[in-house]
Amino acid sequence: MSIPRSLSQLLIVCLLSLLALAPARADDAQAQALLEQLADAPYAQKGRIIGEIAGSGDERARQWLEAFANGKLARVEASGQFVIVLENRGRNWTVADALSGETIGEISRRDLDSLRINNALRGELDGILSVIDLTVADVGKRLAAARDLRGGVDAGSFERIGTLLSAEENPDVRAALEEALAIYRVEALGDIAAVAVLAGSLNTAARAALTGAARSDNAQLAAAANRALESIDQKLKLNNAAKTLYFGISLGSVLVLAAIGLAITFGVMGVINMAHGELIMLGAYTTWGMQQLLPGQPGLALVLSIPAGFMVAALAGIAIERTVIQHLKGRPLETLLATFGISLILQQLVRTVISPLNRSVVTPEWMSGSIMINEALSLTLNRLYIIGFALVVFAGLMLIMRKTRLGLEVRAVTQNRAMARSMGIKATRVDILTFALGSGVAGLAGVALSQITNVGPNLGQNYIIDSFMVVVFGGVGNLWGTLVAGLSLGTINQLLEPWAGAVLAKILVLVFIILFIQKRPRGLFPQKGRAAEG
Amino acid sequence: MKIKSLAASVALTVGATGFSMAAWAEDPIKVGILHSLSGTMAISESTLKDTMLMLIEEQNAKGGLLGRELEPVVVDPASNWPLFAEKARELLAKEKVDVIFGNWTSVSRKSVLPVVEELNGLLFYPVQYEGEESSENVFYTGAAPNQQAIPAVDYLMNEIGVERWVLAGTDYVYPRTTNKILETYLKDHGVAAEDIMINYTPFGHSNWQSIVSDIKAFGSQGKKTAVVSTINGDANVPFYRELGNQGIAASDIPVVAFSVGEQELSGIDTAPLVGHLAAWNYFMSVDADANYDFIDKWVAYKGDENAVTNDPMEAHYIGFNMWLEAVKKAGTTDVDAVKDAIIGVAVPNLTGGYATMMPNHHITKPVLIGEIQDNGQFSVVWETPSTVAGDAWSDFLPGSRDLISDWRKPLSCGNYNVVEKSCGGAEKVASN
Repeated sequence: MSIPRSLSQLLIVCLLSLLALAPARADDAQAQALLEQLADAPYAQKGRIIGEIAGSGDERARQWLEAFANGKLARVEASGQFVIVLENRGRNWTVADALSGETIGEISRRDLDSLRINNALRGELDGILSVIDLTVADVGKRLAAARDLRGGVDAGSFERIGTLLSAEENPDVRAALEEALAIYRVEALGDIAAVAVLAGSLNTAARAALTGAARSDNAQLAAAANRALESIDQKLKLNNAAKTLYFGISLGSVLVLAAIGLAITFGVMGVINMAHGELIMLGAYTTWGMQQLLPGQPGLALVLSIPAGFMVAALAGIAIERTVIQHLKGRPLETLLATFGISLILQQLVRTVISPLNRSVVTPEWMSGSIMINEALSLTLNRLYIIGFALVVFAGLMLIMRKTRLGLEVRAVTQNRAMARSMGIKATRVDILTFALGSGVAGLAGVALSQITNVGPNLGQNYIIDSFMVVVFGGVGNLWGTLVAGLSLGTINQLLEPWAGAVLAKILVLVFIILFIQKRPRGLFPQKGRAAEG
Repeated sequence: MKIKSLAASVALTVGATGFSMAAWAEDPIKVGILHSLSGTMAISESTLKDTMLMLIEEQNAKGGLLGRELEPVVVDPASNWPLFAEKARELLAKEKVDVIFGNWTSVSRKSVLPVVEELNGLLFYPVQYEGEESSENVFYTGAAPNQQAIPAVDYLMNEIGVERWVLAGTDYVYPRTTNKILETYLKDHGVAAEDIMINYTPFGHSNWQSIVSDIKAFGSQGKKTAVVSTINGDANVPFYRELGNQGIAASDIPVVAFSVGEQELSGIDTAPLVGHLAAWNYFMSVDADANYDFIDKWVAYKGDENAVTNDPMEAHYIGFNMWLEAVKKAGTTDVDAVKDAIIGVAVPNLTGGYATMMPNHHITKPVLIGEIQDNGQFSVVWETPSTVAGDAWSDFLPGSRDLISDWRKPLSCGNYNVVEKSCGGAEKVASN
């Protein structure tokens, strides 16, 4: 795009010496007039002027309309010059001349009048821009434009799209365009033949058009639309079940991540650590810190935060263990109170040192958006990554506990401390390492949570209750229990939520756990053998 | 950066005190600031404390009030509702402050209310709230429901043509009351019960998957759908993120929010949210010189080029200036005199107009609807033709319909029942 633009500029410069710039000026004058109309017209008439700009044949039209759609077209108050805003943060904005394309530099926001746009206009503009995009060579762009047009076709663009459809060769783009035209035909023209095109479509605009047609006075049309809707509803039911399951697993994986560190410190070591949530928070803040250190590379920063978050939380864990917990061995009530105090201290520390405001953690490109299985079922990518991450962390922990010397020593010390020591195991060292491991895993959870929730001083508080719930439900001291408990609680919650509401669903889950613990006090997978009596 | 600005403000304070020794004739006038600096609400309230400190500093530089210096007294109620009452008592009884600026949540205001009334203090409350209250000692500079929620719904109904409504809120008093008002209002305007979906979520809710998917399904029934959101505070961030991830654009299902401002958006990448709406009485992007001056001062005070301003800050700006005017008019800081003098006082707001204190202790405000931009700001798409006076008692709730509030003599009543012609209808409202 930029090469032909600069070429044409070069050409103009060459012409300048010969022709004294007369044609270019006439062009600019017309453009200036159109833009002035756009700026001064009331909302109701802006649509017509947009059409004029798009139809003016000026090659800069797309650029102006795109800037306008994004709220980046502005007028300098004093001179009436139109500019495109390149950078709109802070009090001074960097702008470029809308006509010449030359960057002007920074202008105070006081001196700029932004051209206002609203949703209705943006919808119209998107339609116009999509029609323009249908003519580009890139198939992906054409397909996206064709998909966007579903529900966006109007009387003005109907003919034009029809012509474009007959020239289109790619089957996917053709299908999308046919659907877009069919929606218009059903909605505006009441065309029964078009209903057949929409049968089985999972697109919301298509369904909306059919729902409208099913209510129409034309009995034939209504019957056809109803039949089409039935077939769609069948498909939707299946998709909805799959969606609920996915939501459940994804919530479950978040619970597992938050709880699995606690499953080690509380479950294996028996330390009631109320500051567990704040260790999660530290992991999340590490992600934020990393992104501050590596501006412009949120993805890399996120990947590097995985080891960094682990280290930061593990070191904090060691500090807590050395200064407080080791002195309170075997006194659970005091440990609970002391660690609760630590959690408050950590929260206020973050508030005072960093800020009481939430920090913005950027989601990297490859983690935002969703994978579309079909129109009704799409899996959000960030959640998908977190499910995978939770499973990897779980597998890693299992490996450490089962296959390494540390794991063996941890199990030995927790099962019989005195005997383990007499076998030459340094129990104090094992305590430190276990607590560091559990804390570090909490840090990992924080890195993951930074992608789906707020990074703020209260982050940890929201997860501490859930974490204890999962560990207790799963059976204290059992990692498998934590996994199963987390996933099943997540799924139960998501099954209940649609009909009970979020608040009641949470209460029902808690009631369920209370009843369950009455029946099986040691959770889903109780510890067996001598360790269980300790 | 932080340390530098701290040093600067210390230097300023020292300078000011040095100056005051020579110039201030009498004892200082004490201004109490009752905002949480720790706990959950610190995210919103600590900014308001800074706003007050800035306004007081500025007024002192202009020569104080009645020739006396203004002295801020800052306490930290730590987001703990009972502690709000204790700290208010401390401010009024021990520190003997002449006025209090404070509170954010309704529950904290309700906790402070009996104390302020018992000790005859003055409280300026800067946040939009559910209405259904009028106290002789409290001035409500935030929006009542008829200054925010109702105009926003009008806009969606008339300008966008919305026919189906999702009322989503956090589970506490403000969303529940506002939604009750909105539900009655919508039904009065011919919206069928099956076209209204009401949903409540707990504080800090972060797993929005199934709710957003429900909203998506609710909105694909062939009628234009909108979400009216009274979701509070930072639960909004994951909510909007989920909207973006599930591909709900503002042109499909717009969300209009009453608790999302520039502050909340500063913690989030706003690109997927462009076009969603918020209703306030002030936006940082408002094109008015008073606003630009205020932003310049705020940026300079915070020492942060990216510092944002928001609606409750404007409310404090208006409230503080109204109090100054009233004290000047009364010639004293005596609470009873100021209370009488402030009714009818008009001061400039930041959107280029004037705010007037009404006899019901609410103020007049313009209502603005803004769309979220990619830079975390709002662009105003609609505004009421003139300012709207705050209504203490909603016309859309049974029981409160007949109540008015007028603190001028001789009526001097916060809940006068115009049907029964008697004062004290509040008990009936409470029992409803």
